[in-house]
Amino acid sequence: MSATRRITYREAVREALREALLRDPRVFLMGEDVGRYGGAYACSSGLLAEFGEERIRDTPLSESAFVGAGIGAAIGGMRPIVEVMTINFSLLALDQIVNNAATLRHMSGGQIAVPVVIRMATGAGRQLAAQHSHSLECWYAHVPGIRAVAPATIADARGMLWTALQEPNPVVIFEHATLYSDEGEVPAGGEFAVDIDRAAIRRAGADLSLITYGGSLKKALAAAETLAGERIDCEVIDLRTLRPLDEETLLASVRRTHRALIVDEGWRSGSLAGEIAARIAEQAFFDLDAPVRRVCSAEVPIPYPRHLEEAATPQVDTIVAAARGLMRR
Amino acid sequence: MSAPAPHKVRVTREHARELLRQMILVRRFEEACVEQYGAQKIRGFLHLYIGEEANAVGVMQALTPEDAVVATYREHGHALIRGIPATAVMAEMFGKAAGCSRGRGGSMHLFDASRRFYGGNAIVGGGLPLAVGLALADKLRGLARVTCCIFGEGAAAEGEFHESLNLAALWKLPVLFVCENNRYAMGTAIERSESVPDIRRHAEVYGIASETVDGMNVVDVEVAARRAAEAVRAGEGPRFLENHTYRFRAHSMFDPDLYRDKAEVETWKKRGPIVRFSQWVLETGTLHQADIDAIEAETAQTIADAVAFAEAAPPEPVEDLLRDVYAPRPAAPEPPAP
Ligand SMILES: Cc1ncc(C[n+]2csc(CCOP(=O)(O)OP(=O)(O)O)c2C)c(N)n1
Ligand SMILES: [Mg+2]
Repeated sequence: MSATRRITYREAVREALREALLRDPRVFLMGEDVGRYGGAYACSSGLLAEFGEERIRDTPLSESAFVGAGIGAAIGGMRPIVEVMTINFSLLALDQIVNNAATLRHMSGGQIAVPVVIRMATGAGRQLAAQHSHSLECWYAHVPGIRAVAPATIADARGMLWTALQEPNPVVIFEHATLYSDEGEVPAGGEFAVDIDRAAIRRAGADLSLITYGGSLKKALAAAETLAGERIDCEVIDLRTLRPLDEETLLASVRRTHRALIVDEGWRSGSLAGEIAARIAEQAFFDLDAPVRRVCSAEVPIPYPRHLEEAATPQVDTIVAAARGLMRR
Repeated sequence: MSAPAPHKVRVTREHARELLRQMILVRRFEEACVEQYGAQKIRGFLHLYIGEEANAVGVMQALTPEDAVVATYREHGHALIRGIPATAVMAEMFGKAAGCSRGRGGSMHLFDASRRFYGGNAIVGGGLPLAVGLALADKLRGLARVTCCIFGEGAAAEGEFHESLNLAALWKLPVLFVCENNRYAMGTAIERSESVPDIRRHAEVYGIASETVDGMNVVDVEVAARRAAEAVRAGEGPRFLENHTYRFRAHSMFDPDLYRDKAEVETWKKRGPIVRFSQWVLETGTLHQADIDAIEAETAQTIADAVAFAEAAPPEPVEDLLRDVYAPRPAAPEPPAP
């Protein structure tokens, strides 16, 4: 195995940003408080000093305008990385992303490319209450013309950005806010870039496919550990790319294990978990030994108190319980 | 103290005491929040109002119980002065069901419909359209009430700010817009986010009469707010106040506060609303040190009671997780005859 280093998710994002700025003069970063403040999650600290105000652009609180400007700048020949502080505020820019970024290529008959990368923090888990705890990744994954990715590991946080910048299409990157301080391994040097096409098997197993992404991956892995003690052998799939879905990896896993449990922090109704369940039902129905199950967020705006927030969102114990149910234990 | 000439208020001893008491209540409440945050009783984001007290206190003097208030996540002070008991506000911070939002909202989402206090909005600019709608309802219902909409200067860059001002002016709606311009939106100084940092000029573009106010001077704020609220109540359409103020603490408990000069903070602290007003009441003999000591003692008791109440309040049972997502529905109408 080649040499690795341990860094945090936050450092991985920062290194990836820095690398992109160094390697491609067309790249610039813009968003609220990305400069002086160093980013709401400190992902861009130090970059203003190194790259200056032209390339590290603090924006006013104008999500629609600066996301739209990122889309325009991408059309105009730049490679913008737009940081929206959180997915909650991206709702103010939804029009630009859905009506412009996603459609311009098609509406123009293929004349216009929109190579913009939009990053945003997502998810619950920090007691920030309803307006600051949304997991709306599936809204973006719903839209043709957008590529949606969710780095769940430090290596993906380090490697996905560069690949996204090579895309001729708009890419939205979702960073779960509970991940930033987590540590993990990245290559010690050389090439960091990773694909943004394939799901990854994070843990091989024979009894059950645990399918998840983003902030729920670590919970799924912890649940798999617990279940291993009960001799339930879980395969844990990290979707990585939410649109387009890597059906091949998903379905191959389900065909091996014959059982699927999907863990998704989005609300159950209309969730990405629902889409995955449908695809399994459509294409692997006769391989299943049990109905597909889902662990999603409860159908309630995320409440502030810790015990209620935990009860509203997927947790290790609810995943374990659902897996036992699936195995009839 | 410089009260503007046309509307000089006579600050009686009782009124001076009340203004000071309210500012001290907000200050001590916020200090208690810091302590409880340290003890991990309060979690999540916590945005303190320390330094800005004169704004909530001054503006609230101009409102009647029938008026409505729409505020932001930096709203503890407004909630307290609007009359939500400190016990209910602190219990909300603790996430207890005895809180003013049943604990579901926390520090950023204080509500009290009975006092027409409509939050507690944590999306910058999100409260402005809401305020326009509340005022529209009053106008349509023929009620001479004011909707007071409070927001930071950062909101002035959002589309919702401009859309709301235009709508309120176009339809002559009874909104009192109050911009608490504390010069920073998180780490971004106003000069670095506004092409025209003079926020009131944005209001004027929409034909809304506006005023800049010394937001560190509670009497100035009260005078300006009374004048503006009277005009709004009289059906003259919206009014806009830009209050110049400053937050003495970081944006939130997560903010290392590295983007501004310590000297700048110190300069503003010298102009602090409580320090200055206390000085004035003492120098003019309006109040005596014993009065201030009594206010402090009374406030300390209020805060201690609030913390004890929040501490003792039971957590909400998990079985209730799904409540209050939808209102109970009236019985379904009979299906139409075939
Ligand atoms: C639409 C939106 N964008 C970004 C944020 C993150 N945010 C929360 S408060 C804040 C600063 C707002 O500054 P200002 O309006 O001046 O109010 P202040 O905090 O100074 O009272 C930011 C950027 C948000 N809550 N909502
Ligand atoms: Mg501000």
